[in-house]
This record gives sequence, structure tokens and C-alpha cells, in this order.
Amino acid sequence: MKPAVLTGEHYITGDVACAEGAIAAGCTFFGGYPITPATEIAEHMAERLPDVGGTFLQMEDEIAAIASILGAAWTGAKTMTATSGPGFSLMMENLGLAVCTETPCVIVDVQRTGPSTGLPTMTGQADMMQARWGSHGDYELIALAPSSPQDCFYQTIRAFNLSEKYRVPVLIMADEIVGHMSEKVVIPEPGRIKLVNRPKPTGRKDRFKLYEPGPNGVAPMPAIGDGYNIHVTGLTHDERGYPSMTVEAQEQMLARIKNKIRDNLDDIITTESYRLEDADIVIVSYGISVRTGLAAVDRARALGYRAGLLQLVTVWPFPEALIREIAGRVKGFITVEINLGQVHHEVERCAGGLAAAHLVGHAGGRIIHPDKVLECIEKEFARP
Amino acid sequence: MTTNPKKPARQPEHPLDDLIRTDRIPHIWCPGCGIGTAFSSCLSAIKATGLPYNRFTMVSGIGCSARGAGYIKLDSFHTTHGRAIPFASGIKMARPDLKVIVFSGDGDLFAIGGNHFIHAARRNMDLTVICVNNLTYGMTGGQVAATTPNMAKSTTTPLGNPDAPFNLPLLAYAAGATYVARWTILHTRDLTTAINEAILRKGFSFIEVLSPCPVNYGRRNKEKPIDTLRLYQDRTIIKNGADPVKADIDFGKGVVLGTFIDIDRSTCDDRYCEIHRPCSDD
Amino acid sequence: MAFWRVPLDAQEIQITRGEVHIIDDRCKGCGYCIEFCPKDILQFSDRFNRKGYHPPVVARPGECVNCHYCEIICPEFAIYSVEVHPATALK
Repeated sequence: MKPAVLTGEHYITGDVACAEGAIAAGCTFFGGYPITPATEIAEHMAERLPDVGGTFLQMEDEIAAIASILGAAWTGAKTMTATSGPGFSLMMENLGLAVCTETPCVIVDVQRTGPSTGLPTMTGQADMMQARWGSHGDYELIALAPSSPQDCFYQTIRAFNLSEKYRVPVLIMADEIVGHMSEKVVIPEPGRIKLVNRPKPTGRKDRFKLYEPGPNGVAPMPAIGDGYNIHVTGLTHDERGYPSMTVEAQEQMLARIKNKIRDNLDDIITTESYRLEDADIVIVSYGISVRTGLAAVDRARALGYRAGLLQLVTVWPFPEALIREIAGRVKGFITVEINLGQVHHEVERCAGGLAAAHLVGHAGGRIIHPDKVLECIEKEFARP
Repeated sequence: MTTNPKKPARQPEHPLDDLIRTDRIPHIWCPGCGIGTAFSSCLSAIKATGLPYNRFTMVSGIGCSARGAGYIKLDSFHTTHGRAIPFASGIKMARPDLKVIVFSGDGDLFAIGGNHFIHAARRNMDLTVICVNNLTYGMTGGQVAATTPNMAKSTTTPLGNPDAPFNLPLLAYAAGATYVARWTILHTRDLTTAINEAILRKGFSFIEVLSPCPVNYGRRNKEKPIDTLRLYQDRTIIKNGADPVKADIDFGKGVVLGTFIDIDRSTCDDRYCEIHRPCSDD
Repeated sequence: MAFWRVPLDAQEIQITRGEVHIIDDRCKGCGYCIEFCPKDILQFSDRFNRKGYHPPVVARPGECVNCHYCEIICPEFAIYSVEVHPATALK
């Protein structure tokens, strides 16, 4: 039996790193369904979960996969599923259930190309808006975008921590290249990995309310069998968790779902930057496209442009304030993403006309070449 | 006029009140609807096990019957349409010591959730699945269901249902369920005994409960609730061990009730444990 | 004329006696308890409950044998019976 944290240096794929990150984060339940290019996560979890006393369950489809992890989450377990585009589409309804019932769980989307079956074995980043708005109704959730196998390991741990802390589903928006690429992944000592567990209720059971927010806006969460006689429903519910078919209950519930994220943006949003300090052309990128951006920054700098990179580690909630602040002091943004414009529109919205917003996108299937970014820079910005 | 001369001053307590969220009663079910009876039977069966209540959890999907989870004073989950069984499977596999009861309707379990049902049965997932079969989609107003009898009227088959309904006990048996029974809400004692047996045994147990939907099925098919119950009384044949092949619902020739299947087969959680936790004490 | 004999100990067998309790305001007036009471002791009352239904009323209180059928057929948790000591029941 291997330990939960495989401290040391490994040469593994992003998918495997993601699975190892989950195990290191304390995940003990995985419900999955095979789909390229996310299958390796399920395969690795099937092998590894028994080591830590956990359970791997292959379900009959992705709808069942996400349903099973929500059920398991209420037993107190940290749970995960992994999929790609078509499966991600099938998961949307229960993603809404997770948001509505404030069930912590982690969902990995190793993005391929769509729409429909698309290019199953080739990369894409076109599920970003689906990640934000794919389930019906208004809501907030968290989506992280790892840009390398090492990042997959750390972001998965972070995804579990955020999901436990805020009782919210956290999406890991990886992509086929990050998922299938093998690189060095360093796994630290267990003591150096900080883990967060969901807030548990204390106090009198007869006065307990399932959705009464705690100090950070998040309600403590009991597990099945703790004796709280909880009722969990996807219907609009009051603080007791009871269905309440009123406008007031709807307002109160949505306020809680939104505020616990909106009031903690500083904790949730993380970005990385490269040569951004003096930049007046900002390349915004996430996931595998960060590599395109990094190369483009250096090449543009060599040509005399003051280019810099802003990497969105947290894509949702979107770093609106940061983009707005940067927009006030730069000439423009270039969003690099493997789709025909998704996060680009958010950047454009937040730039609010203060700075230009351009897209270097692609229909999907391959990583974007830095030359394409250079072309855009040379076309849109005056040569220094 | 008092209804009972010995009526105590305070609100009397129903024997099942400790298992009901009394602050949510009256429930939403229509007058004459049998779901309340099936639900009450389920609560009696839970009570009769003598097990601590925190070892139970109830999961339901969407629909009239699925509202049951909202009235039971146990840890309970009202999930998405059709997905009660995979949600329950997650609970079961993460906490195999729990008694997980799925209480839902025919539309939820056999139309939108049919795939989950057959797979959970195939794996012998240790769940007690209670299906209140009212032959229609009640909550949405009486549309044709996978269980609606041929030529019966519904809002979406105004001239009669052209299709054949599922034979649920046969479907459950064929898929691998290890306990299969059918009762009606009139056969409440047998139903309670069946649910109690199903909870106490291991394996995928399926209990179909025939129940009237007077408002959305009965009304369109010239059946008053009492008529439906009379059918349950006069046109049913109790035959334990009957062949599920003969369990199709045809009140003309008589509907077979009873325990069709009760066999032993290792469960999904037992097998997972055996294979993956060879060193564990249990 | 009856075709069966009366058991010799018929006088000594104590028939269980019950007392029916009705939680009026839970009733939706389906009438199942009235229709299927084996001793036929219930009937619809004339009065309305809070929701506008006619709840049942015990017409022949002394005849309940505490079979609980009204209790288990009721979809509303609105009726139940409890056993009473025969001496109490006779009063």
C-alpha cells in the first residue's frame, strides 16, 4: 500500500498528477465514466484510492458519476469526478444541484474540442463559458485552470481546499495537452501540504439550521448519520433546508450562494504574472495557452514591445477588479485561448474601453503558436 | 360536535410523528393519492427494524413520490430527476454501514432514471428501492409514463396510450435485483413487512407499490380513488414466488402481488471490500 | 341460521378494544379509513376542518377492535388507534 502523498520527483502526465493531487488532498471517493482525454484520471484513481481506504466507482454515465460524488460528499468524504466535453455537458444539471445544495466536490474537465464529439484526442479550451454558465439559473462557482502537470497537482489540492472551505463545486478546467503531457512533478512532504476541511456544526442539534451562514458566509455542513436529520433539496429552500416556494426564499438562497464567493474574492482569485510590472501590452492566458503567452512575451520584448503575461489560475470567479485596474494603465490586452473567444469577452467587458482587447484564438485541436500572438501585437500595436 | 369524545386538549400525536417533519404537514399529495400511504408504510417499516434512526438515509428524485424525502425526519435528499439511485449509490459505497432507501416514482425511476436502475440492480447495490407506481406523471399533470397501461388516456395520449408499459418486477429481476416484490397501498401490512424485510437484508431490493393518482390518472380514465382501491381488492392475486414474467399489470385478468424474488448474491460494497481491502478486519 | 358452531370459550376470549384518534386538520377527506374499516365504525362528519374537508368521525366508538387499519391506510397521518383496557372501553 502506497501512502497518500508520494513525496518525491515523478515524471507523470497531468492526468496522473491531478489524481495524485486529489489523493494528497484527502479525496476518498471518485465516481467516474471513461472519456478521452480524462480517462487516465479515473484509471489512476481506481488504482490509488484503495491505498488510502477510499472507493472508486465507475458509473453507467457521467450523470450518474456526478450524482454519486454528491451523495458520497454528504457522508463527509472529499469527492471527485473527471470528464471531458460531452461528459461535462451531461453533468450540468447535477452541477447545479451541487451549487444549490452547497455540496463540496471537485469536477475535472480535461477539455477537448467541441461541439459534440469534436476531436476527442485533441486539445481545446472551449468549455470555459460552459463551466461558468452551463447549468441553468444564476450561481457562482470556482474554476481553476492548471497549465502544467505540476500545476495539476497543486491546483487539484487547492480545488479541494476551496471546495471544502466554501461548500461549492470547484471545476478544474484542464485540457488535453496538460492532461496527456508528461513532465517532472515534484510532490512535497505531507507536512508541507496545507489541507482544509469543511466547517462542521457545533451546538444544539435541535436548533441547527442546515443553511445558516457562518462568519465567512458559509454554513457548517454535517454528514449523514451525525444526527442532524438534515433535508437537502434542489428546490429553492430556506435556511432550514426546507423547500420554500417564495420569492423571498429564492432571493435569500441566491444571495448566500453568490455572497460566499463574491465576499471572498481575494482568497479565491489567484493569478500569476510574467514581466507584467512595466508592460503596456498584456497577454491574458490560462491553461496550456500560458505557454504560448510566455513565449510570445519574450519574443515581443526582443522586438522592443513592453509585453507581459497575466495568467489566470482562477478563471471563475473572474478577476474583474484586477483587469479593470490594469486596463487603466496599459494599451491593450490580448487574450490567448484555444477557442473562438470566451474569456476574451470577459476581458473586453472588464477593460471597459479603457484599453483595447484582442483575441488570439483558434477553433481547437492544437496549441496556439506564439507567432500568432506576435502577428496580433504587430498588427494592433505601434512598433516601439 | 367533537369528533372524539375522549379527544385530549392538546394536539394528539400520531405514532409516526417522531419520523415525520410535522412542521411540513400537510404534505402536498392530493386527496385520495396513495403516496402518503406508501410513505407511511415505509416509515412503519423503518421503525419496526429497531435500528437507530441515524443509520438510515432516504434519497429521492423528482416527482410527487419523490417529495417523500422532504417529510421524513431523517437525513434525506431530494435530488434531480431520475438521479436518486446513483446519488444513493455514492452514499452507500462511501458509507456501507448506512441503510439507504430510495423512495421515488415510476417516471423518475424507470423513464429518465431507467438506466441507473438497471445498473444498480446489475451490481446488486445494497439499496432498498421503493417505487410508487401510479401509472402516470402526476406532478406535471398526467402525461403518459413508461408504466401507463396500453390505451389508457393521458394528457399526451388523449386518444389512448399506443404503447405497452414496463413490467417492473420482470425488469428488476432481469437486471439482477435480488429482492423483488409488488404490493398495493391497500395491502399495507404486507407492504410494510416487505419494506422491512428489504431494509434488513443485503442487496438491491425493489418494491413496487401500486397507488392511485385520482386527480391526474383516475379522472381521465373514469376511476374514482375508491374504485381503484376496489380493483386492488378484487382484481389482485397474491402469489409469493410467482414468475415475474406473469407480473404485467392487467386488472382484467388479475394483477399478481407478492414477493417474486428473494435470492442471495454478494453486493457491490461487499465485493469492493473483499477485493480492495483484503487486510481490513471487517 | 348460522352454519358454524360458536366456540366453547367464546365468552372468555377477550377482544381487543381500541380507541380511534383523529387529527382533524390533517385530514383531506379521501374516505379510505371509512370505506375500509372492517368494523365499519367511521363515517364522514358534517363539520369542515380547517382545509375545508369533512374529516371522519367515530360513529360507534365501542366497536373498534384496534386493528390499526385506518391508521396504516391513511395517507395523511391523520388517524390512529390505541388499545384501551376492556374495562375502560365498556364505560
